[in-house]
Amino acid sequence: MSHTFYIAMSYGIAGLVSLCLIGWVWLDGRARRRELAQLEAAGIRRRSATSPAPEGGKA
Amino acid sequence: MAALLLRDLKLSVRAGGGALIGVLFFITVVAVIPFGVGPDLNLLSRIGPAIVWIGALLSALLGLDRMFQTEREDGSLDLMLMQEHPLVLTVLVKCLAHWIGNGLPLVIASPLLGLFMNMDEVAIGATMLTLLVGTPALTFIGAVGAAVAVTLPRGGLLVSILVLPLAVPVLIFGVSASYAAVEDPAPFLPPFLILVAITMFFAVLGPLGAALALRNADD
Amino acid sequence: MSESLAITKLSDLANPTRFLGLASRVLPWLSAVTAILFAAGLYLSFAGEGDYQQGLTVRIMYVHVPAAWLSMMCYTVMALSAIGTLVWRHPLADVAHKTAAPLGAAFTLIALATGSLWGKPMWGTWWVWDARLTSVFVLFLMYLGLIALNRAMDDPGKAARLCAILILVGFVNIPIIKFSVDWWNTLHQPASVIRMGGSSIDGSFLRPLLVMALAFTMLFFTLHIAAMRNEIWRRRVSAQRRMAARMAGDKPGLTTEMST
Repeated sequence: MSHTFYIAMSYGIAGLVSLCLIGWVWLDGRARRRELAQLEAAGIRRRSATSPAPEGGKA
Repeated sequence: MAALLLRDLKLSVRAGGGALIGVLFFITVVAVIPFGVGPDLNLLSRIGPAIVWIGALLSALLGLDRMFQTEREDGSLDLMLMQEHPLVLTVLVKCLAHWIGNGLPLVIASPLLGLFMNMDEVAIGATMLTLLVGTPALTFIGAVGAAVAVTLPRGGLLVSILVLPLAVPVLIFGVSASYAAVEDPAPFLPPFLILVAITMFFAVLGPLGAALALRNADD
Repeated sequence: MSESLAITKLSDLANPTRFLGLASRVLPWLSAVTAILFAAGLYLSFAGEGDYQQGLTVRIMYVHVPAAWLSMMCYTVMALSAIGTLVWRHPLADVAHKTAAPLGAAFTLIALATGSLWGKPMWGTWWVWDARLTSVFVLFLMYLGLIALNRAMDDPGKAARLCAILILVGFVNIPIIKFSVDWWNTLHQPASVIRMGGSSIDGSFLRPLLVMALAFTMLFFTLHIAAMRNEIWRRRVSAQRRMAARMAGDKPGLTTEMST
């Protein structure tokens, strides 16, 4: 096999692994952002965790 | 401290203790090798020290998860954490007890397995000596793994995975020293002294790490 | 007293909310710089001509060496964050070394795969038990073990502290492993293996190598910051879900409170 094959393979593998990483991080970030937005829409906010009386929870 | 040593020793010797099972596993692993590589005595005597060392490494890993698990189950681990003795010393004593209970039997059993492997007397002696010096290092490294995984319900396999890469230097120098004793050009002392140094190094690092992990594991 | 005050100030400065703000400002720039560096690095590495001895396969070096460098730098980053976890109990440090482990494993995998692909035309086999390949392989196993340990525990704080201890023990061990593997390799050195050219790299190879190394490093930092942000979000989501569940559980509990 020619050297070009090995070069293409190693760049391919490096690219594939990097793309998988980028894709994973990106998709993970989108999913988390959507979950946070859903929680926000449901009226559950982070600040209410620190406030002593969680009034908003009763609504 | 002496009382703790004695108590741990008794526990490891008594029914279901890991000591006997470890030795049995050691013998079984080494006895299985010839079925894999064939009964050629020359080949066996050549790879003998390596096989005995790998068998000892695997059997040393076998009993590790029990090191702190039983203490955690019956609550005596909390007592050890509250003691006024430094926890590092307690862990060191526990490591020693574990080694006497699980490591020393492997060292004693190794000459017999050396005979199975058709090794000559010098090779058997060298392997036994390197095992005697090297297995404490395995126990000390293993203590960190055992302490880290103590809260996991089935941590045994995980402990082996975590500990094996760290045990590579011990294996390398143990086997090198055993071979150096048989093969003429290579000197025996340098790898052996490095093995001693590794054991002493882990005698400090292992209990320190394990004590830190035990303190962090319970809350 | 003043020292502890300074530490709380410092940790205020690096608290997760501030980190999120900083991350969302920095990330677009970082990804742009990474993309530009990769474009430049790839152009340079394919424009350059091959080594007379190794032929065109020297191009593999431009991805192999940066990945190998990152596999070690990532462990250093993890060790530093582990100190942060154990000494200052900083939640951001927990997140940092947890998210760095998969990245490190991925870059180590790249280094191993490209090393093996380089070895086939150079040495004639896919894998030689060369000192460097072997120690990188041991490093790969350590990364995987750390990921497994972190995933095995439910409580993120405890998992972070226990992993941090193991990371530091591993970090102290890495020089010993490297030294022992070198020793072992010189004992068992097979005659057929061609030793690589050492540090005498020609200048025309050095430039693309440096650019690619920089590009990979920037890629690592971009991904690491993004992954840390994801992890913080994930923890917030689960914390808020727990809180929502607790508040939902409070409503039936209200009657018992009134009866007492």
